[in-house]
Parts: sequence; C-alpha cells; structure tokens
Amino acid sequence: MEKMSRVTTALGSSSITGRTMFCHLDAPANAISVCRDAAQVVVAGRNIFKIYALEEEQFVEKLNLRVGRKPSLNFSCADVMWHQMEENLLATAATNGAVVTWNLGKPSRNKQDQLFTEHKRTVNKVCFHPTEAYMLLSGSQDGFMKCFDLRKKESVSTFSGQSESVRDVQFSMKDYFTFAASFENGNVQLWDIRRPDRYERMFTAHTGPVFCCDWHPDDRGWLATGGRDKMVKVWDMTTNRAKEIYCVQTIASVARVKWRPEKKFHLATCSMMVDHNIYVWDIRRPFIPFATFEEHKDVTTGIVWRHQHDPHYLLSGSKDSTLYQHMFKDATRPVDKANPEGLCFGLMGDLAFAVNESLVSSDAGRKPYPGGDRRYPFFSFKKPNPTEQFAHVSSALSVFETDLDSSRMDWFVKTAQLYLLSGKPFTELCDHNATVAQELKRPQVRRVRTKIIIRITGTANLNVSAFSFSMKEMGPESRLERCKGESRPDNVHLEPGNSHISNNNEDNEETEGSDGPTEYMFGDAELDDDDLYPMEHDNQTVPEEPVYTLPPEAFQLRHEIIDNPSAPEHLQQDKADSPHVSGNEAEVACLTPIESFSLISISQPLYSPHLHASFFCPIVREMLSHYAERGDVQMAVSVLIVLGERIRKEIDDLTQEHWYMSYIDLLQRFELWNVSNEVIKLSTCSAITCLNQTSTTLHINCSNCKRPMSNKGWICDRCRQCASACAVCHHVVKGLFVWCQGCSHGGHLEHIMNWLKNNSHCPAGCGHLCEYT
Amino acid sequence: MRHAIAPSENVENNSIAVTDLFKICTHCERLAKKDLGIRIPRPLGSGPSRFIPEKEILQVSKVDASTQAIFEDAFAALHRLDNISLVMSFHPQYLGSFLRTQHYLLQMDGPLPLHYRHYICIMAAARHQCSYLVNLHVNDFLQVGGNTKWLNGLNEAPQKLQQLGEINKILAHRPWLLTKEHIERLLKTEEHSWSLAELIHAVVLLTHYHSLSSFTFGCGIMPEINCDGGHTFRPPSVSQYCVCDIANGNGHANHHDDLLGNQEMCGEVEELMERMKQLQECRDDEEASQEEMATRFEREKTESMLVVTSEDEECVPSRDISRHFEDTSYGYQDFSRRGEQVPTFRAQDYSWEDHGFSLVNRLYPDVGQMLDEKFQMAYNLTYNTMATHKDVDTSMLRRAIWNYIHCMFGIRYDDYDYGEINQLLDRSFKIYIKTMVCSPEKTTKRMYESFWRQFQHSEKVHVNLLLMEARMQAELLYALRAITRYMT
Repeated sequence: MEKMSRVTTALGSSSITGRTMFCHLDAPANAISVCRDAAQVVVAGRNIFKIYALEEEQFVEKLNLRVGRKPSLNFSCADVMWHQMEENLLATAATNGAVVTWNLGKPSRNKQDQLFTEHKRTVNKVCFHPTEAYMLLSGSQDGFMKCFDLRKKESVSTFSGQSESVRDVQFSMKDYFTFAASFENGNVQLWDIRRPDRYERMFTAHTGPVFCCDWHPDDRGWLATGGRDKMVKVWDMTTNRAKEIYCVQTIASVARVKWRPEKKFHLATCSMMVDHNIYVWDIRRPFIPFATFEEHKDVTTGIVWRHQHDPHYLLSGSKDSTLYQHMFKDATRPVDKANPEGLCFGLMGDLAFAVNESLVSSDAGRKPYPGGDRRYPFFSFKKPNPTEQFAHVSSALSVFETDLDSSRMDWFVKTAQLYLLSGKPFTELCDHNATVAQELKRPQVRRVRTKIIIRITGTANLNVSAFSFSMKEMGPESRLERCKGESRPDNVHLEPGNSHISNNNEDNEETEGSDGPTEYMFGDAELDDDDLYPMEHDNQTVPEEPVYTLPPEAFQLRHEIIDNPSAPEHLQQDKADSPHVSGNEAEVACLTPIESFSLISISQPLYSPHLHASFFCPIVREMLSHYAERGDVQMAVSVLIVLGERIRKEIDDLTQEHWYMSYIDLLQRFELWNVSNEVIKLSTCSAITCLNQTSTTLHINCSNCKRPMSNKGWICDRCRQCASACAVCHHVVKGLFVWCQGCSHGGHLEHIMNWLKNNSHCPAGCGHLCEYT
Repeated sequence: MRHAIAPSENVENNSIAVTDLFKICTHCERLAKKDLGIRIPRPLGSGPSRFIPEKEILQVSKVDASTQAIFEDAFAALHRLDNISLVMSFHPQYLGSFLRTQHYLLQMDGPLPLHYRHYICIMAAARHQCSYLVNLHVNDFLQVGGNTKWLNGLNEAPQKLQQLGEINKILAHRPWLLTKEHIERLLKTEEHSWSLAELIHAVVLLTHYHSLSSFTFGCGIMPEINCDGGHTFRPPSVSQYCVCDIANGNGHANHHDDLLGNQEMCGEVEELMERMKQLQECRDDEEASQEEMATRFEREKTESMLVVTSEDEECVPSRDISRHFEDTSYGYQDFSRRGEQVPTFRAQDYSWEDHGFSLVNRLYPDVGQMLDEKFQMAYNLTYNTMATHKDVDTSMLRRAIWNYIHCMFGIRYDDYDYGEINQLLDRSFKIYIKTMVCSPEKTTKRMYESFWRQFQHSEKVHVNLLLMEARMQAELLYALRAITRYMT
C-alpha cells in the first residue's frame, strides 16, 4: 500500500495504531464485527467464518471457526456479532434460520456453543445487549424477533412483527429495555423487552424495506435508518411522534448505517447494490459525502468502526472477498473535488454565475460590466464555526442581464408562432412564411423562402411577382440592411452581361466548385434578362458581404447595426469586411452555390419536373444543413416540413430526426407547446411522430370533490356525482368538454360558445368573467 | 379554455358476454348466408379458456365495481379485453397489478420504441410456440407501425433484435446458463449495441412473456374470435355439431365424468390438509440434519427431472411461429444433468427484494416497484380456502409451489426444507407444474384436469398465477445476476 500514514490514538490504557490495509479472504463476506478491545475482527459469510487479528501492518488470521469436513448450513452466516462485554462470546445468524453462539474459550476445535433453531426462515440479524451478558436478540425473515437468554436452551420471549420480515434489530445504547426493529414493509417498531405482546411505537420510515437501523451512541433519542429507497433518515425518538430530523439521499439502496464514534453528526453508510463505496456523511450537509472510501471492487456488505471511541478507523468487508481497514486520513474528500462555481443561462438569455466569494473579491476593483449588468447581493450560507471541519463556504451570485434589444429571442418565438406549416397550398405557405420573416426583419430568411417558392413551383409568373415583391419590400428596410441598400443601386445599373461575369467570378471563388460550373453553364444557356435582373443583387452581395447576407444569428446582425447606426455606409462595408473575412471564408464557400443557384433556378423555365427534382434537391439540402449548422434549426425544420416529400428523401433520417428534436426542444423551452405539437404532428420521421403517442394519459379531477377521477370520464367514484355536467344545460357532457381555467366551470362546447356570445360571466353563476378564445 | 375528450362510450359493450354476440342460431345463419352471401365467422369454442367451462368464468356483466373498473382501464389501454384478463378476473386484485405492469411495459415511457417492445414480445412468446400471444402482438406490432418484413423471421429484423435471440433462448429454457459474457456481448459498444436501460426493459419483457406463455397454455386460453385460429368459416352442418358441442368440454357431456371423478378422489383435499397440519406440528419435533436438508434439495431437483412431460403434441400453431426464433431444437434441459455441474443459485445471495429490485428500479424507474408489487401480490394472495374448506392457512402450500419452481431452475433457499414439497405436491401436480413451467406448449387438458380434482377452477387459476410469477422471478433473477456481474 502506498498510503503509509500512521496515527496513534491514546484511548485510556490501550492505544490503536495502524494504516490503511487489506487482506484477501477466501470467500465473499456477509458481515463483520470487532471485539471490544479493537484488536480482533470476525468475518462471516456463506463460506467463511474467520477471526483476524488487527496488527499494525497487516491482518493475521487467528482462527477458522468453519470446521468439519462438510460444514452445515449453520455456518452459512447472514450476520455476526461479537459481544461487547464478553471477550469470548460471538453470535451468528444463519441463512437457514439457526441462531448460533460461539465460545472462543472452548478447548476443542469446534467452538460452537449453543444452537437455537426456533426461527423458520433466514435470520437476518443478531444483536447482543450492550451491557447484559446473556441477552441475545434475533430478527428473522419469518417476521419474528426472539430474545434468548444464553443460560437457557430456548428463547425467553418472542416478538411478532405481524408477518412482515424483520431486517434489523438494535438494542438502544442508553435505554436498558428498549430495542428498535426495522421491517421489509418500511416500518420501524420500538419494543420494550419486557412486553412481548405489543410494540411500544411504530412508524413508517421508508417506502420499501428498511435494511438497517442504528442508535446514536451518545444521543439517546436518535435513530438512523437506511432503506431500499436510497435514503438515510435520522429520527428523533424523544418526542411523542417520531420526527424525521435529518435525511440524506444516497445514490443506491442503503445496506448498513453506522454512527461515527465521537462525532455527533457523522455516520457511515454502504450500499447493497451497484455502488461499492463507503460514505461518511455529515447529516447536516446531506448533498455531498463528507468522506468516501473507494477501495472495494464489489458491494460492501459490512462496516464497523474499529473502536467505540475512536473515529479514525473503519473496517469493512465486501463481496469482493477482501477485508479492509480504512484510515480516515486516507479517505477521499468529495468536497475538495466539487466544483464551487455554478453557471446557468436563463430562459431569456440571462446568465447567472455563482462563485466562491474570495475569487470575486480579488477583482472587486474592476469596474462593473458594460451593458448595465446587475450584481446581486452575496448569499452567505452560514457563519464560520471553528469547531466545524467544513471550510467556510460562501458564494457570490452574479446575474448578467443581456441587452434586451440585441439578443432577445423574440424573433424565434414569433416566427415559430406565425409560420404556417400546413393547411394551405404550397406556394401560399411559402409566401406567407416569407412575409412573416420579412416582418420580423430577418431578410436572409425571407429570401431563402422566396427562393424556395421560385425553385419548386414551376410558374414563371409567380417567380417574377415574388421577386418584384421582395424588391419593393427591401426599400424601407435599407436602414437595417444598409449594405444591401448600398449595393442595390449598383446592381440596378448592371448590365445582364455583367452579371454573367460576376456569376463566373463567384464560381471560381468556390472551394467546392464541382457543381458550381455546371450550374453556371446551365444558367448561361437559359438566362433570361428580365428574370435575372432582380437576382443580380443577391448574387453580388454574396461575395462582398458574406456576414450580412447570412449572419450566424439574426440578433448578431442587428446588434452590429445598432452599434453603428450613423457611420457612413461605405466605411461600414470596409469595416465589416475586414474582421470577418477570415472567419467567414468557409461560409462563403458553402453559401455561394446556394445563392448562385437561386439565380439559375429563377431563370430557367422549370417546366420539366424530373429535372427539378434531381437538380434542386442537393442544393436545398446543402442550404438546410448549412442553416442547421449555423444554429438556425428553425429554418431547416420549417423548410423541411413545408417542402415535405419533395426534399425528405434527400436528407438522411438521422439528420432529420436530429433537427426535429432540437427544434422541438427549443420550442418547448420557449413553452410553445402548440407549435411544437404541430411540428411533431407534421414531421415525417417515425421517431418524431411517436413522441406524440407517449404520455398521452390525461388525468382529470372531479369538479365536486377535487380528487382524481379513476376510471370514467363523467362519474366520480368518491362523491358519486356526475363530475362533468354542462353548466348551461346541466346534462352530463360526453365528448368535447370545454372549461374555464379560471373557475373550472364548463360544459358542451357549443353551449358555452353560445353562452359567451351573449354573456361575459360564467354560466354557472360563480361570477367569474370567463373568456372563450 | 381547454378542450378535453372524455372517454367515449364503448364501455357499454363490455356488458355483453363475448360469445353471446356470436351465438347465432344455425337457422338464421343459414338464412343469412343464403340471402346475403356473408361469411359469418364462428367461434371455435366458447369462453376464454379451453379448460374452464364458460359458466365458471365471471360474466363481464356481473362483476363487482372494482373489477369492472379494472376491465374498463384495460379496455381503455388496449382497446380490447383479452381472454387472459377474463380468466385472471378470478383474482381481480392480482389482475389490476398485472395489467398495470403490462401496460407500463408496453405502452408507457420506456427506453425501447413501441414496435421493438411488441417484437420482443413476439420473440418471447414464439419461443414457447404460443400462437395466441404471438398473434396478439403481431397485430399490435403492425398497429404501432412495425415493419411487416420483420415478421418473416428474426433474420429480417434489425441486427440489434437478432442479438437478443440468444438470451431469449437461454432465458426461456435454461436461464442458469446465462453468464456475464452474454451481457457483455450485447452491451459492447458498436453500432447495434444495447444500452443497459434498454436491456433491462427487454429482459423484463422477455421474462414476462415467457411466463405469460406458461399461463396461456396452463389455463388453455382460447384465441379471441378476431385472431387467427379463433374462428372458423366452416358451416356448422359440416362438422355435425352445434356451438355448444364445440364448447370443448364446456358442455354437459363431461359433467357425468366429473361427478365420477369427484367421488373417486373424495379424500384428496382432506388428505392434503391433514398433511399440512402435520408438517406444521411436527416441525419442531424432528430436526433434520443439515446434510439431510441438502440431500433433500438435491433429491427434489433430480426428482423434478424424472417427472417426464407427456409427449403427445396437441396444438399445431396456425401461424408459422417457428420463424420468429432460431434454433428450434433448444429446449428445457434439466438443471442438474450428469456431466455439467452448474453451481446452485443461493436465493439468499441474490434475492429479488434486496438486489434485483434495486437494479431494475435504477435502470428502468418504477418498473421495479410494479414488479415487486406483482410478485408480492401473487405470493401473498390467499382467500384462506381450499376447495370447500374455509379458514385454511395456505401459506405453506403456496411456498412449496413457489420453491418447487425455483428448485427446478436451480435456486435454493437455505431456510426451506425441501422435504415438504414431497409431502404436499403429488405426482400429477408435479407433472403439471413441470410441463407448464418448462415446456408449456405440451400442457394438455388432461393434465389440467388430473391434478387437484376437487379444487375449484379459480384455485387452479390461482396456482397458475403462482407458477407464472415464480417462473418470471426465477428467470429475472438469473438475468439480473448476470447483469450485476457484468457491472461489477
């Protein structure tokens, strides 16, 4: 072992020394127990029953209690306990239901002393009385607890847990007569050893089995319980009703719990499944373990503090067939590894940032963040306490509010709401969506939409009208798109021939020129001056101002605009170009084909359908993936839906699904449930449409008794009344039921509609002003 | 304002017994055929079970409110009320828990897509050639948009599902052979690999449907009229008997026979009760040695091997079910065969309550809870009656049955005296259990009738529930243990 730390603790006369060490057992251990002077430990399991001496450097096997050629099931131990008063006395609980005591003082090899076979099922737990030499308690799967007097051959009293299996029994450390028992159904019972007829007190501690319980060694009223529900709870038993005072949520079912000696608020836990670590918790800090021991490779089955008054040594046995002594000094402290900073984005783009106070104060001299950020007051968790072992933690929380104008996501919400995805002829849809985009000042989006119209619909008329429309609309927009406005006059005066050249140049610039030239050739052959004319402008802007033509995010565009509203236009162009060129070169490359292509598509007559299917789809696909990569998944999905079959087969299902998922996720974050539902409905991916088929249960409460209705829609089981009576006609509503969310009155859809045409108050007469939307 | 659609009114349909709809008098039917040329499907038998007379099974119209509610829920969830539910309605408490679990597994949120789930059900049921369940889920599978091609056989299904074939086979017949290597193979990262959560879901589905196949055969569930094999278009005149004749033992012909049998076997129940009483009393007197206990377990194990299942093939599946699974020759093999020694599974070392539950609940939330509830419900269900006797503590008998099944799968409880099994379960009952659990497709009506002749049908269904749940738990324990071993 590389951990060589040594600690010597003086405990009265005896002293304990040691280090973190382990030894291999021959078989998995089920339980361990130490003798009073902390010098020896007994390990018990299905195939092992041995005593080891704890020496300074190692474990030394002292005694093998598992004797005989073919050991019986009595040796198959579920639990073991070493008497804390008598050096030589041990008790084991066998899986076959036997309770066995062992006397180490016996001269023979077989140390078995007494055998009680009164339990019918596996005995889960044995427990000696802490001060009484001859009193042994057992708890079994058959639901009984038995108290044995070791001087007699059989049990002196039997306690019945009402046919629920007993998982743990523990004598109280302080109250001589009291013991606690935990049960498989989640209950904990307190018994008086003198009264076997009835428990003193019972309460439900956990949902599911309570695997373990442990009395606090010093505080007489405290009982810790651990259950399959992954909780450790500490109960105050001094009051009339057991009160839960602390609760620790762990990550796996809790198999054992042991209070740490001399530390009032510490306890150790281990799990029965999945998690192999041993945790020591400070119950006042339930979110992060105080210390962790991570040595075991399989679940830990037994933990015990080596000495009743020494908090530094923990022994543990495990299913991985090892026995460990852990030094508290060598434990991992998860607190040290925990990240003390927190960072989170709010819904509206606000950013909250929590950080250790000391870090913030170091640069306190810094001037406040630009843009009117607000610094929220410090939150200090607690007063520093010198006796605590925890570092004093206090954090500063700052919230940075984003500039509302520049980065609001309003456009997203609005477009999401306004886009029409179905229900109209294709061209109308495109038209409408283009207008929406236009109104929201996202010209590049609009343009793409317009282009799609042109491309896919085969009518030249529409092409022209759509573009003349777009030209007109661009005029007033010039303040926003000043660069565009700048370039437009030039364009207007350009000759058709000129445009050919620019087109050509552009193609040459392309990095992936494979389809560029062919397009060009095609366009060249079919070019029509009139149609080309408006397109010219688009085409030219691309090489000049890639940033403005297709900015990564709409708000960035506007942000820049707001920054420099009064600067001369040509200067801006230069400014804008220079810093962005390097970053946007790649974008230019992928943009160009789109733009140049739209030019061609518009000019060609588009009468041959097979041509347009094979020709346009790759371009549209490229464009969509471009948008999606830029983070405008809204664009990609809307186009995908509107185009439907025309484009769907071009894009592989996974990508489509990915887009849909991200868009739906975004919509749901903005609480646009209706829109997201529409998208789900309209999507053609099976993986997406099936989203709508899960969690379709609708829970309704009775309007009379306000409790959930279990089976039928209109009769409440509890109050035996028709819950969904129409407030207008007083008949039961079967079918469409509409109700006011304000006063929860409602009725037949038709009746309510009619009523609210003439009245503004609720038909039930409750005085609420209902609204029908 | 918000719209909601209240449940529609199809509940009323439930109040008509299913077969009433189809009992058209032959005269009318002939007329109908002559005039309209409509082919009217006729049920092959009457009632939901071939073994249990229809009149014994609760009429849907006569059930109490709580059962009615369960039926309604089931109908709302599945758009049908299958025969399994009808037979289980002998035990409404259990039925509720059963349907809740099944509904959750098949329709609620879970790691696997819906059509995968149904396909896994088909795979599992096909392993036992249970055409009833296969047909049921083929319909469901297609309804949720499954690919028809997959139904041609497992090799047409995605690679991912094909990989599941191996553990399906092992789980169904020899679960003790499942090792962590099998799990590793499924989970290793590659294109068609499974995630842990998906695997747990699949395993729960597989075990559920293996054991449900047992139940289906054990209770002789009839196919529904709208399913393959549930109806015939053959005119009644050809087959020479009317509906009540086809009723497959539900008519009066067997009645006489039953009476005779009853007289003959009169003392059976009393004898069994006497033995239970004795066991209860003398348990403390004679204490068997540990070696004795161990040998008793071994003996029971080997004896269960000798209980041979009858070989007469009865039902021929109408749909070619064998194409849903490969390796048709792989069947149940006795746990302890000479030659291969598989270590006994100790129930105390890996139990459902302590270990299995936590694992399932961790990877597939809520399902652990539901299964736990279902197991407990099945294990603890009792009405304290035996045949005509009241106030009997049947816990010992139930435990014997449960442990006997686990014993057949090599699971041993340290705290159980396997000698009890021999005293409580007679040979014909053992044959029935063994057949039902290990090769359910061979269950015959004769077997069903020959055990516990005096007991009521509801009690036999109760036994079937116990068998089903015990089997499911045994399979699940092996599967979960392998997964746990993989994880550590």
